[in-house]
Order: sequence, then C-alpha cells, then structure tokens
Amino acid sequence: MMIEVENLSVRYGTAYAARDVSFSVARGESFGIVGESGSGKSTVLRALAGLNRDWTGTIRVGGETVTPARDRAFFRRVQMVFQDPYGSLHPRQTIDRALSEPLLVHGIKDIETRIAAALTEVALPPSTRFRYPHQLSGGQRQRVAIARALMAGPEVLLLDEPTSALDVSVQAEVLNLLSDLQEKRGLTYILVSHNLAVVSHLCARIGVMQGGEMVEQLTAEDLRAGRTKHPHTEALRRLSVELEETDAQHGKAA
Amino acid sequence: MTALSRREWLLTEAPESRRQAAWGRAYRGWLQFRRNKLAMAGLVTVIVLVLAAVFAPLLTLQDPSTQDLAGRLAPPSAQHWLGTDELGRDLYTRLLYGGRVTLGMVIAVVVLVAPVGLAVGTVAGYAGGLADRVLMRVTDIFLAFPRLILALAFVAALKPGVSSAVFAIALTAWPPYARLARAETLTIRNADFISAVRLTGASAGRIVLRHIAPLCVSSLIVRVTLDMSGIILTAAGLGFLGMGAQPPMPEWGTMIAATRGFILQQWWVPTIPGLAIFAASLAFNLLGDGLRDVLDPKRG
Amino acid sequence: MEVVVQNLRIAFPSPSGPLEAVRGVSFTLGQEKLAIVGESGSGKSLTARAIMRLLPRAAMLSADALRFDGIDVLNADENAMRRIRGGRAGLVMQDPKYSLNPVMTAGAQIAEAWRAHRGGTRRQAREAAVDLLAQVQIRDPGAVADRYPHQLSGGMGQRVMIAMMLAPDPELLIADEPTSALDATVQAEILRLIEDLVQRRGMGLILISHDLPLVSHFCDRVLVMYAGRVVEECRAGELARAQHPYTRGLLECLPILSEKRRRLAVLRRDPSWAAA
Repeated sequence: MMIEVENLSVRYGTAYAARDVSFSVARGESFGIVGESGSGKSTVLRALAGLNRDWTGTIRVGGETVTPARDRAFFRRVQMVFQDPYGSLHPRQTIDRALSEPLLVHGIKDIETRIAAALTEVALPPSTRFRYPHQLSGGQRQRVAIARALMAGPEVLLLDEPTSALDVSVQAEVLNLLSDLQEKRGLTYILVSHNLAVVSHLCARIGVMQGGEMVEQLTAEDLRAGRTKHPHTEALRRLSVELEETDAQHGKAA
Repeated sequence: MTALSRREWLLTEAPESRRQAAWGRAYRGWLQFRRNKLAMAGLVTVIVLVLAAVFAPLLTLQDPSTQDLAGRLAPPSAQHWLGTDELGRDLYTRLLYGGRVTLGMVIAVVVLVAPVGLAVGTVAGYAGGLADRVLMRVTDIFLAFPRLILALAFVAALKPGVSSAVFAIALTAWPPYARLARAETLTIRNADFISAVRLTGASAGRIVLRHIAPLCVSSLIVRVTLDMSGIILTAAGLGFLGMGAQPPMPEWGTMIAATRGFILQQWWVPTIPGLAIFAASLAFNLLGDGLRDVLDPKRG
Repeated sequence: MEVVVQNLRIAFPSPSGPLEAVRGVSFTLGQEKLAIVGESGSGKSLTARAIMRLLPRAAMLSADALRFDGIDVLNADENAMRRIRGGRAGLVMQDPKYSLNPVMTAGAQIAEAWRAHRGGTRRQAREAAVDLLAQVQIRDPGAVADRYPHQLSGGMGQRVMIAMMLAPDPELLIADEPTSALDATVQAEILRLIEDLVQRRGMGLILISHDLPLVSHFCDRVLVMYAGRVVEECRAGELARAQHPYTRGLLECLPILSEKRRRLAVLRRDPSWAAA
C-alpha cells in the first residue's frame, strides 16, 4: 500500500471537520474523494499533505508512519496540485523560477535540462519559461502547477479539485494529461472533487464524504451502475446523471 | 546591437534567459513610470539634488565654513549667488554641502530602517503565535511614542550630532514598516502559492526571505519614498532644536534654525534652505506616488 | 417586454488598437428563458450586461439596435437606465458573498430594494422582504431576514440575492453564472427556483453559463458563443442535433458518469469559428 489512512480526525474547536476517516491506496492506483463543500474532503487532503498539523490518527506513506511535522524526504515523495491555478503560482516569479524552486530546495542538479524537460512533459511551449503567471491562461497555469509538483520526482500526487476552475475543454486536456503522466511515471493519485464524473473518470475507487465522515467506498464501476449503499452517494449520483443528460446523450443512447 | 533591436530584445514576449526576462520587466516598468509626468519631475529633482550634493566641491569654489563677518546677511550677488548667512558664509555653498548632510542622513535612516522593519514584520506575520505577539508589542511600544520626542530624548542621552540623530530617527521610524510588512505577510501567508512552496520542503527562513519578503518590498519602497519627506523634516527639526548636526556643519534644518531671527529683514537667508527642504520633500513624494503605480502588484 | 439586440459590438482599447470582445451579436428575447453559453472570454457576460449598460468604463459599445422594451439603451440617459437596472431588469451574479452588503441584514437589504422602487413605510417594506424570502423558498423567512450575509450559506445567500432582485417586480432577470460557486445539489435547487419564478411571474430570463448540459434542462433556447460571436443557436431540446463543431466539441469533451470514456475528446479549435 502506498498510502494508508486510519481513523484520521481533524477538529476545529469542538466541531469535527473530518472524523475517523480510513482508506488506503495501492501504488499506481487513483483514489477519488467526493463530497460537497464542508464535507471534509479538502481537510483530509491537507492533513495528508502536511499543510495542517492538527490531526489525530495514523497516516502511512509507503509503509512508514508520518508525523504531523514532515521532513524534506516526505515532500520528495508526496506533492500536491491546488484548485486555483491563479492562486497557486507566485505572482512575481517567472515559470522558470517556480519550477527551479523544488530543485534548489532538494539540491537537485542540472536545473536547465530538467526545466526544459518538465515543460515538454506537460506540453507547454519553451517560450512560456520566462513568462509570469499572469501572462498565461488558466489551463497553462495548471500545467505549470503540475510540472512543479513533478519536478522532484514524487510518487504520490494529491489533486485538490485540479480542474474545477477551468473551462470544460481545458479540463479535458488536463485530465488527459494526468492520465498520461500516471501511466508514464506510475504515479499514485488522490483526487478530491465535487464532480462525480471527473472523479469516476480518473479514479477506479471512490470514497464519498458527508459531514466529515467517509460514508461509503465503492468502485467507479459500481457507482456508474448505481450499485450504491449509502443514500448520500445515491443522491449525488442521481443528480449528476440527471444534470449531465442532454438530448445529445439521449440521442446517442437511442 | 541597434537601439531598435535592443528595445525588441527587452520587450519580447518570449525571453530566452533569466537575465533578459528580468531586464524586460524592469524596462516595461520604466516605460510605465515614464508616462507619469509628475513622477518623472520628482525623479529628476531627486537625481539633481543628489548629484549636486555629491559633486558639491566641483560646483562651488568657496568653502562652506569660511566666515566673512563684514559681508554677513548679504543679498544674492554675482559673488554670493544666494547671498550670505549671519556669519557671512556663502549660502549657495552651504546649501550644496548641507545637502550632503541632510540627504546623507535620510539615506542612512532608510538603509537602517527598511530592512529592520521588513525583517520584523515578515517574521512576525509568518511565524504567528508568540513570536508575532512579542514582536508586535515591541513595535507598538515604539509606535506609542511621539517621534520627535523620543528622538530628542535619545539624542539628549547620547551626544548631539549627525550619527546620534540618524540612530534616533531610525529608532522611531521602523515600527510603521514592521506593521506594513506584517499586514502584507498576513494576506499572503495562507495563499496557495505559499502552501505550494511549503510543500517543496523549503525551510521557513527560505519562504520568508525568497517568497514573502519580495512581495512586501514594493509596498515598502513606496512607503519609504513617501516617508522621506517626513524624515527630512524630522532631521531638520532635530537640527533646528540643536540636537542634530552641530555648527559649523551645514545642514538644511540647522541653517533655518540659526537664521530664523532674520526672516523679516533678510527673508532669503532662512527661506533658501527652507525651499531646499520643500523641494526635496515634494520630489520624494512625487517619486513615491509614481513608484506605487508601477510596483503595485495589484495593477493589471 | 421585448429585448432586441442587433449587431452588438463591444471593444476595449489596447496599445495595439481596439480589441473586440463581442463582435456582432444579434438576438431577440421575449418572455422566455434564454441561455448564453460559452467558455471564459467568449463575451457571454458582456453581451448580457450590455442590455443594462453595465459595462466596464473603458468598454466601447455599439450596435445597430439595442432596445429594452422599446427603450433605446444606447442613447438613454442615466435616469432612464437606472429605472431599468434593478427596477425592470435584475442581475444575479456568481458569488453572493461579494454582491451582498456585509454590514446589513438580509431583510434590510431586500426591504431597501423594495422601498427604492415602490416607496411605502418601513413596516410594509419589512413585510414585503419576509414575503419575498418565503417566495424564494426559505423555510424560516422571518429569522433569515435578521441574519447578516456571513451567517448565510452559499445557497441561502444566492436565494437572498434573488429575492432582492425580485423586490421591484422586474420583467427580465439576468443570471450570470448564478450557481457555479455552489454545490451540485444546491445548484439544481437554485436553478429550479429561478425557472419556477420566471414561469410564475411571466419574466424573461437570460442565464449565462459555461455548462451546456446544465442549462439545457432549464432554458428554452441556447445561444452558443465563441470568441465574441454566436456560433450556434438552437432550442434547448434539440442540443442533440447541434451542428457546429464547437458545440459538439463542448459536449464531447465532458467526462460523464453514465458512460466510461477512456480518453476525453479534446476540442480542436478551428480558426474559421472565430472568423465572420
């Protein structure tokens, strides 16, 4: 198991933002967490990433138990991509600088060739290298964020709503890119999203969260086929299917 | 490289090296700054004043301390372009040399104050908790004292002079910078791009120094230029009260203080250094306004 | 009420000459539900806001005709425009957090909107506000009226926003991505609410969205915009037979739950879509 989470709880004051959440993800697998806002899905991800240190429970990465305070080696194995590509890049640093930062921190050599390779890997033209984030489109910025997360060669990528701020056509490109990268690098993904279609597209297994608890875990196949156990899962599924149906799909089905 | 191709090299949308990208950004900022007429006027005035102070010995043949009691309080003439003061010293010469002292003091204060304020503010803002509370209470204590009074007390405790005055002003000038830097830090410390840097495994020191401080610097620079006039006036005030530069050293504030009695009869004697202070203050203010427009990260 | 838009153009000055963000959009709208769909930068919001002349200061607006119920919006004075804005036409924006006054209670804000257009006493306005909150299906309207915006959830805030827009009894409602900041369950509720209100009050609706399948459930007619132009117009029920490759591309690049798509289709933008 690449990631094991047992009884993870996060409290803000007396209220639980996440309560007794347990799940595990195998190496090279994608695990999706869906839920509405306030369900605790992002809380779990941030605790996992080490951005929030006030949690209880057990988190194991590659079999090793991790503490609330993380060391540098952890950040070489686990990286994160944020929701908002406008907020996750430093406004005064060029793409070059953003991509070289992880290399400098971890003392990795040949920055020049690595940055050029990273841009190619996420299909960004070399001309973007010395641009500033505000000169790029949302989709390009999210590609930069992905490239930055991959700079130090992590094994696990935590994806926090990576496409929800993007146009649908760009979303498709980014989701395809994520699939390709996973195949090529054998990455383990944990994807948090409110969009069931996105989660079940990328992830074979899905955990559904409500009110801080993971109320159900099921495979994407079961979700598609409607083999759900918890009423909240079913409610989310039905809504998603209803709203995505246009006559285009009806037409296809007929 | 011709002028046109250099301009193209600077303004290209696809720079080829870090150096080119950095120069390009600076050039774009300059182009924007240049469009602001008032700010340009401020910049030119500041440059002229600084050059005049630096090259004072080349711009005048007289000595700022040579007295000529027979020719005291003379009106402007061919020999004394701006007249003479109460001891018959050439005012034009003293104005040039005085610029060295006054502008020197201002620059010394800024060099002392800005880094201290930036360091205290960013560290307090990023660390939070106890460190934040302690640093900010210390800042508040210094803020609570009226500036001139604290400076006066400090100078009185040491011995009056230029370096004491610089330290005294610096001591009272840093708290607003710390507050400003802290406020800026608080707005960006929880931004995703700072979280992203934390996730690279970077140390807190590196985050503050390389990622947070640069974002605070632009507003600090603007604040500094806007404060320059205040610092000149405080320095002049200390000089006026006899706590700053000591005679016979020429300093603009001291020059006014020594000759204030002649304002009705020989009005030009105290007025001329007053105009110099006014010009320098206004120039720094205009420059600050222009810099704010160029450096404000919220622009565009 | 009829909105007529003919050859609408909106441009912004730039160092290299004016940039056209909306390039010759025409449509008419009666008492119906019209969706304007497109990606960011397609000009969909500008188009809708031009009807109320709510454009950024630098925008240069021109059209062969731009009429709201016979009123020439291009040449109307500010007074006439003020009577349209927030009176005969309401605008619901994306995030209620930014469009509600944080230091006024929900009830007071709705009451103010009501009084501004109808007059009446404070007591009447307050009663009207509670009644409007009940109309947007808030369960305990009296209590919600006394809450401040930060005490409201996203969905609740959006309902308050809609109640405020309904206060002057408008004839047209423009909803600019009214639900994209909300959860899917709340999103559907709000859209159903808007649909229901529009039907009951006989208003016209312009719903601006990036979500093509979503709007097709709630509107009669869909305009698909690309790069400042309308590339396709069709009845919502006939989206299946959409002809334009851009519309088809938008539908096909979506991951969908009901069917496994191994790899998502990527939209290939054809320069000819943007050309006249």
